[in-house]
Amino acid sequence: MKTSHKLMMRETIVSYTFLAPVLIFFAVFVLTPMVMGLVTSFFNYTMTDFTFVGIDNYIRMFNDEVFIKSLINTIIIVVASVPITVIFSLFVASQTYEKSAFTRSFFRCVFFLPVVTGSVAVTVVWKWIYDPLSGIMNYVLKSGNLIEQNISWLGDKRYALLAIIIILLTTSVGQPIILYIASLGNIDKSLMEAARVDGANEFQVFWKIKWPSLLPTTLYIVVITTINSFQCFALIQLLTSGGPNYSTSTIMYYLYEKAFKLSEYGYANTMGVFLAVLIGIISFAQFKFLGSDVEY
Amino acid sequence: MKKKTTPFGVLTIILLSILTILFVFPFYWIMTGAFKSQPDAIKIPPQWWPQAPTLENFEKLLIQNPAAQWLFNSVFISVVTMLLVCITSSLAGYVLAKKRFYGQKLLFSIFIAAMALPKQVVIVPLVRIINFMGIHDTLWAVILPLIGWPFGVFLMKQFSENIPGELLESAKIDGCGELRTFVSIAFPIIKPGFAALAIFTFINTWNDYFMQLVMLSSRSKLTVSLGVATLQAEMATNYGLIMAGAALSAIPIVAVFTIFQKSFTQGITMGAVKG
Repeated sequence: MKTSHKLMMRETIVSYTFLAPVLIFFAVFVLTPMVMGLVTSFFNYTMTDFTFVGIDNYIRMFNDEVFIKSLINTIIIVVASVPITVIFSLFVASQTYEKSAFTRSFFRCVFFLPVVTGSVAVTVVWKWIYDPLSGIMNYVLKSGNLIEQNISWLGDKRYALLAIIIILLTTSVGQPIILYIASLGNIDKSLMEAARVDGANEFQVFWKIKWPSLLPTTLYIVVITTINSFQCFALIQLLTSGGPNYSTSTIMYYLYEKAFKLSEYGYANTMGVFLAVLIGIISFAQFKFLGSDVEY
Repeated sequence: MKKKTTPFGVLTIILLSILTILFVFPFYWIMTGAFKSQPDAIKIPPQWWPQAPTLENFEKLLIQNPAAQWLFNSVFISVVTMLLVCITSSLAGYVLAKKRFYGQKLLFSIFIAAMALPKQVVIVPLVRIINFMGIHDTLWAVILPLIGWPFGVFLMKQFSENIPGELLESAKIDGCGELRTFVSIAFPIIKPGFAALAIFTFINTWNDYFMQLVMLSSRSKLTVSLGVATLQAEMATNYGLIMAGAALSAIPIVAVFTIFQKSFTQGITMGAVKG
């Protein structure tokens, strides 16, 4: 017993030496800001003021119309983008995973291109595509007689959020497709063959064999897509600045505006805490809900 | 392999072709737009291919704006972050996978929990800390906060599980020191993971617009993405110039991705496997 404790102590010292660089950076740049954010969310904290106000910021937040609007927009973005991303990427992956290595690699590149191009480059080109006068979107839709007059995609409350969600979708399917291609490739082929021999149709093969094996991957994809959608920022800041009339503002954008444009640090941190808790709850719930019948 | 072309199969091919065009088009539009003069860029009907290709946008970008400096800053930030993340994460991932020590479980749970937390939610205190350290508006303000990255640790732990325990044991018996064991025995085995994490970090850092936006402000300190965003704010409809900037920011990273696609794909897939 004594020697094993001694051995363990030795291993512990070695391990923490190896861990030290990561732990230092993690403590300074992740843990400390978390604690600071949580503490200052109870303060009226601006350029000139720093006084304890209890839960006033939280009360203010839930009574802040713009915050509620931003919360609803965030939820709309998540609810729209997550299922579409999952279905879309599952479709593309299942159509390509059995093809040659070259074809797979080609489609991986195609659907990953918008991600790699980078959020800023993608955003500025879409801004041009959506431009009411010189944008190609209006030109194409008018040529196809789908619209009669130029539409201001980003300036019109009815379309702006939709326009943003479309761009977001093009940047969120790349990673899920790669993941689905990989996990479809891992499914035991003999199992599917056996099912087919026994007279199962393609739908049954998918539902009874493929889908259960894909559940862990799907869960992971749902979680990362949810988190990414929550973080959607560059698109909004560069395209609409949350407008018109906050119709495209999200919690992330509103937090940025409060913190870096209006210097309301305490209030911004309150939203940060709220967002962190929300993401925590959602990730946890998704694990519980989707993970309930997952077998490893 | 059955080679039956069903109506459904044909439909799928058509659909995939349309999607391919839609997904490649923005990139194509950046690349061709970069060579269009200002009047050509806003012409309707649009020029599907630049009729009078010009380099004036790139000239403006490189002469009237410090775009070369922006490019250098992006490269510097991405390369340094990549190296630091890879080294620190592989050390940490290695001991988390291969050693038994006090506090291991707790530490690992903390890393996993922190993986879900986006940096953005703690951005205000983070800027405060950077200010306090006196490095605001330097490239280090972007680099340092990205290093303690839980995902990197997790990924390297996944790869380190492949190191055979007997190999480490025999190294120990031969009197090989801990650091040497890591460098000469563990590292060659986790090299694919190292490569995957490197490319992953490089791409993420290059495109991490939010961090760059809040940390950098002087014109000479901007990254290429931030520079493009600034140009867009200043001259909203000079699309040719903005596309040239977008091209400058996208080309290096698309090239890196295409070359290292295999490593990158492996990194993404390994990071998702349950540990």
